[in-house]
Amino acid sequence: MDFLNNFQLNSLMFLIPSLFMFCCGVYGFLTRRNMIAMLISLELMLNAVDMNFVVFNRFLCPGQMDGMFFTLFAIAIAAAETAVAIAIIINAYRISKDIDVKDLTKMKF
Amino acid sequence: MEATLPLLILVLPLLMFLFLGLFGKFMSHKWAGIIGTAGMGVTMLMAYYTAYVYFFSGDFVGEDGTRLQYIVFNQDWLALWGNLTIKLGFLLDPISALMLVVITTISFMVHLYSNGYMRDHHGVWETGFQRFYAFLSLFSFSMLGLVVATNIFQMYIFWELVGASSYLLIGFYYTKPSAVSASKKAFIVTRFADLGFLIGILVLSFTTETFDFMSLTSAPVAGVENMYHVDASTARTMLETGAGQMFLGGSLMTWALVLIFMGGMGKSAMMPLHIWLPDAMEGPTPVSALIHAATMVVAGVYLVARLFPLFMINDAMGGAALDIVTVVGALTAFYAAVVACTQLDIKRVLAFSTISQIAFMMVSLGVSRPEVHDNLGYMASMFHLFTHAMFKALLFLGAGALIHAVGSNDYTAMHGLRKRMPITHITFLVGCLAIAGIIPFSGFFSKDEILTACFGNSIIAYVWMSMVAGLTAFYMFRLYYLIFWWKEHKVHEGHHAPKDQPWTMTLPLIILAVVATFAGFVPFGDLVTWNGHPHHGGINWMIASISLCVALLAIGLATIMYRKENPLPERMRHLFPNLWTWARNRFYFDELYMFITHKIIFNSICKPIAWFDRHIIDGTMDAFAAITNKASYAIRGLQSGNVQSYVWVYLIGAIVLGGGTVAVIFLFF
Repeated sequence: MDFLNNFQLNSLMFLIPSLFMFCCGVYGFLTRRNMIAMLISLELMLNAVDMNFVVFNRFLCPGQMDGMFFTLFAIAIAAAETAVAIAIIINAYRISKDIDVKDLTKMKF
Repeated sequence: MEATLPLLILVLPLLMFLFLGLFGKFMSHKWAGIIGTAGMGVTMLMAYYTAYVYFFSGDFVGEDGTRLQYIVFNQDWLALWGNLTIKLGFLLDPISALMLVVITTISFMVHLYSNGYMRDHHGVWETGFQRFYAFLSLFSFSMLGLVVATNIFQMYIFWELVGASSYLLIGFYYTKPSAVSASKKAFIVTRFADLGFLIGILVLSFTTETFDFMSLTSAPVAGVENMYHVDASTARTMLETGAGQMFLGGSLMTWALVLIFMGGMGKSAMMPLHIWLPDAMEGPTPVSALIHAATMVVAGVYLVARLFPLFMINDAMGGAALDIVTVVGALTAFYAAVVACTQLDIKRVLAFSTISQIAFMMVSLGVSRPEVHDNLGYMASMFHLFTHAMFKALLFLGAGALIHAVGSNDYTAMHGLRKRMPITHITFLVGCLAIAGIIPFSGFFSKDEILTACFGNSIIAYVWMSMVAGLTAFYMFRLYYLIFWWKEHKVHEGHHAPKDQPWTMTLPLIILAVVATFAGFVPFGDLVTWNGHPHHGGINWMIASISLCVALLAIGLATIMYRKENPLPERMRHLFPNLWTWARNRFYFDELYMFITHKIIFNSICKPIAWFDRHIIDGTMDAFAAITNKASYAIRGLQSGNVQSYVWVYLIGAIVLGGGTVAVIFLFF
């Protein structure tokens, strides 16, 4: 098992999945009409970014913890943001009995 | 003299204005009236004391018996640059001391009188009673500040202030359209005149480099002694060099004085700027008595008197300023007297009579020359100002009592009131006798001095003014007979029958009647003369008896025509129908003004300006608005309300920016 013996982690191994996750998130955010699904896509993008922070911290400046802390903050804030978003979605549902984003276009010119 | 007391004379009315204006609505009508009257009473006592000290203490008399000018205080108010400093101060000299007495006396009488006048028969107070007292105090403050001004700029400031308070008081009944338009008319006409005044001030102070009355008026004339012992070398050099320059046929000095006189013409209602005064009678009658008879309207005369040495220098240098004063005054006196003979409204008769009497004072100043009884005209003018203030205020307050009792301004609603209102009748008669110039009432003495001064100057002026004096006696007694005699008045008996008014209204009448009777015996020549030297002329009995005869003839004519109801006035009217119609319509001066403003000024100046404003200026602004509007309509589709379309735009933008950055880095680095 030469491959396994010579196996070494390198940053691309994390960055490529992270990029894939991010693109999934963008795709989902743009195409899904359900607001819950959009919120999930948003979380996907955030997580991809969090992963990037951790990876760059680990490979570029291993002795420091700055990226880790950023990630922690981002997770905490993402939790709060999700709570707010869910609240908005619930209210939108109460008004229009629907959470399709195509129907929520009142805030325009 | 300490500066405290003179300062208080100015400050107290101002404080009363602020106090009544700010807190008036929190106090009862009665107390507002009492406080206002008491404040003015105290001011009057202080002014009396100041005048007494000035005239009789002997501190202000020079070694040769000349009365000196005295500056109580003179503070820098606005220091601009160089010697251009505007000061506010308090100047005591014979005429300002005289005016202090006149203004505070009349103002106190009017304050007292208004307590009775400003409520109806049932004792219900007028709306805005406290406001009325606040404005009266403001006016008193402004007028006192005007007469004690130490420099021409301070005078101008207070000049505008009296104009503003006059505007406020004419428009006191601001729910009445006629009062509103009368107040606007007064304001605009006097403001137009003040434009001339301001330009005159600028020209004068530009050539003399001073605003100060002391330096301006003490410039000596050849053959006349230096006035008031003030160093006058600066002003004199300036006048001889700067003001001597010629401009459009007159020296700069003549122009300056004529323009300043134009301001005086506006305030003192000289023809052709008199049109506001008859309309100003829309204000409450006490206001007419105070502002439009006794004090504010003589401000023009006071202005000419204040600058009189300058006018005299101008005359000596061959300028026409004094002659213009004479001619304007003489024409106005005659015109107003003729118009007064035909008016229906008793306040309008008195208004035209005021115009005519002020014109008398102007003529008196205009004919005053050093060689004619040593400037008798100046002294006569100030004397007439004093006596006229007293008897004209008396007549106006009497008219107010009549209007209050009858409820109309029209003499046709009055007729035969002599038994119903005995006090008003007697006091009004005293006023008429005084203005007609019957010995021994005060008007006799002052008018005699004026006619003597006219006689010394030219025989034409004398004959002309004697004729106007006769007309004065005629129209005043016409008014008197039509109010108190003519025929018996048909009235409803009982509560609403005309009767004498409460004591607050009759007391001022009685006091003023006493003053109007005896004011002629004041030794005026000792007190007020142009250069402070006592003037011992005495009465010129030849002229006095002629004018007495003229007055008696005129009164006799009025008695024949108006004492009892008879057809004589009607027949007289049909004898000169055109003259009567023209006089009744005030010689169509108002119509002339309407024609000039509406037909000429509005059409040729205002309309093009309005077109420019509507089309060019408004058009530019409208174009800006229209372009912005169009542009925003065009791009408003971007804000669709659809969140995902925003994300698309954001994403594309991010890709373009990111790709662009990378491309730039690869290409250039």
